[in-house]
Amino acid sequence: MTPRGRLAIAGARATTAAMLRDQPRGDVIRNAAFAALLLLAVLIALAGLLALLIQAFVEGAPALSTKLITNAPSTLFPEKAGFRPAIIGSLELIAGVIVFVVPIGIGAAIYLEEYADKARWWNRMIEVNIQNLAAVPSIIYGILGLAFIVRGPLDLGFILVAGSLTLALLVLPMVIIVAREAIRAVPDSIRQGSLALGATQWQTIRRQVLPASIPGIATGVILAVSRALGETAPLLLVGATVFVTFDPTPFSDAGYSAMPVQIFNYAVRPQDEFQALAFAGIIILLAVLLIMNSFAIWLRNRYEQRW
Amino acid sequence: MLQTSKPRYGEKAIQGLLAACGILSVLTTTAIVISLLGPTLGFLEVVPIGDFLFGVEWAPQFEPPSFGVLAIVVGTLNVTFWAMLFAIPIGLGAAVYLSEYASPRVRKTVKPVLEILAGIPTVAIGIFALTFILPEIIQPLWPGEFLGGASDKPFMALAASLGIALMVVPIIASISEDAMSAVPRGLHEGAYALGATRAKVAVRVIFPAALSGIVASIVLAISRAAGETMIVVIAAGSTPNLTMNPLESVQTMTAYIATTATGDIGTGTLDYKSVFAVGTVLFVLTLVMNAISIRLARRYREVYE
Repeated sequence: MTPRGRLAIAGARATTAAMLRDQPRGDVIRNAAFAALLLLAVLIALAGLLALLIQAFVEGAPALSTKLITNAPSTLFPEKAGFRPAIIGSLELIAGVIVFVVPIGIGAAIYLEEYADKARWWNRMIEVNIQNLAAVPSIIYGILGLAFIVRGPLDLGFILVAGSLTLALLVLPMVIIVAREAIRAVPDSIRQGSLALGATQWQTIRRQVLPASIPGIATGVILAVSRALGETAPLLLVGATVFVTFDPTPFSDAGYSAMPVQIFNYAVRPQDEFQALAFAGIIILLAVLLIMNSFAIWLRNRYEQRW
Repeated sequence: MLQTSKPRYGEKAIQGLLAACGILSVLTTTAIVISLLGPTLGFLEVVPIGDFLFGVEWAPQFEPPSFGVLAIVVGTLNVTFWAMLFAIPIGLGAAVYLSEYASPRVRKTVKPVLEILAGIPTVAIGIFALTFILPEIIQPLWPGEFLGGASDKPFMALAASLGIALMVVPIIASISEDAMSAVPRGLHEGAYALGATRAKVAVRVIFPAALSGIVASIVLAISRAAGETMIVVIAAGSTPNLTMNPLESVQTMTAYIATTATGDIGTGTLDYKSVFAVGTVLFVLTLVMNAISIRLARRYREVYE
């Protein structure tokens, strides 16, 4: 392009910009005020998060020590009290949730994406039903756990496994929804290529579709597990209320505890020392959740496939 | 059509097994309905349905007990209303900022941070509401008496409301942002070409185009707020109170269930059954909200995909 041509284009651009920029003064101020308000909204949300983290850290840091992990709770001696049974209880609960939710969640997702004929009313019903279940309040799952798993048809009693099953039912819709999205993201050409080579439908799913969608599914499972780890309300209804000073076992009806329940238990005590313990527990819980969620996000970004 | 030379029973079995996984979700819903319905009907045999649904006094421990569910329904409405009053403008403001104003880099950092906020256990938010929001924010701003409520109470609906607002802002922001990002670029460009300013594009073009998605996010946030338990148990107190005043201590439906149905409650007692009756009211309420949300979300998807 000649220098003259370039000059002409720059001139034309400047003129157009000047014409467009010719706004009334009121508009300019109003636009700036609007943008400032929007920014304020973001900042308020972020400030809330920051305040929560800082408060937990300031209040809980003095109580942080290894005894939190090694000692059992105590009603009399806050300086000796810890979270050991609650931590072990939470780990066992989560293990149960994973054992239950991974096969069933992925199985349901595969069925809905790969086999289900959308024209059939029962398949549509399963879909709508899963969406509905995802929005049912967690306390209702607690009622279900109490009436159906602890008592009623399953009649397991107030054991840790009943808590696991309740939490599993709670996060199952979430796992199914995320796993479906991961499976849907695998392009059809992969399936057709596999089928054309003579693979059966199940071989195609097992050897092609599932391996390609594993990162997405794993992300969903981690997010679901971190949700289950932080849930308190349903556990209150299915037996995790007892003051537990021993390491809980899955099938014992002697009682069990979980991290958020123990935090709640400490927080409602009036003494400052127990309050500090509750905040220390929040720090531990938030740290674990943060690591899990960051890992999930990393996994999603690392293995995200562009087809 | 191609036919396989022999029937593949293994394939059929696997399909059946996977279908069973899907059907389990339907069984969960059925189990919820059955669990709720039995004791609820038992409850209504003792307490007339009119007294339950339209009574205004909730006092299960009194003699004779009074089961007017309106008192705790209004408790839920109180907390939810004030929570949404704060959460909707903040959530939508954040969504518009992230989708229309923020640079891609800012959006890529802020959105996951907000999603972390959505993952914080509600027991932690409840404790934060009780020990920080109430003494450090509400009480200094509203000293003494206000609108017939005193701000020096140990528990207060507003503290729980602000905690819940903190919890649902990321839900509104994230889903609304998705809806706004799904609006075709052409609409932006057309509006800019006609000389609209950025604020006008955001408010008059993008916002209306994404409206059903935005409303769906708000409805979802309302049902989350109404179903939230730990924040209200910790911060809102436990006084059944027929009031919309945010400075009063209230009891919500979820708080009643959580504090009554702990492990040692006797099966078959009226208290036990009342938990299920309240659960039924809550379940029906969230089901209706969710039906609205799904319908709205589907409508906006039909337009832009």
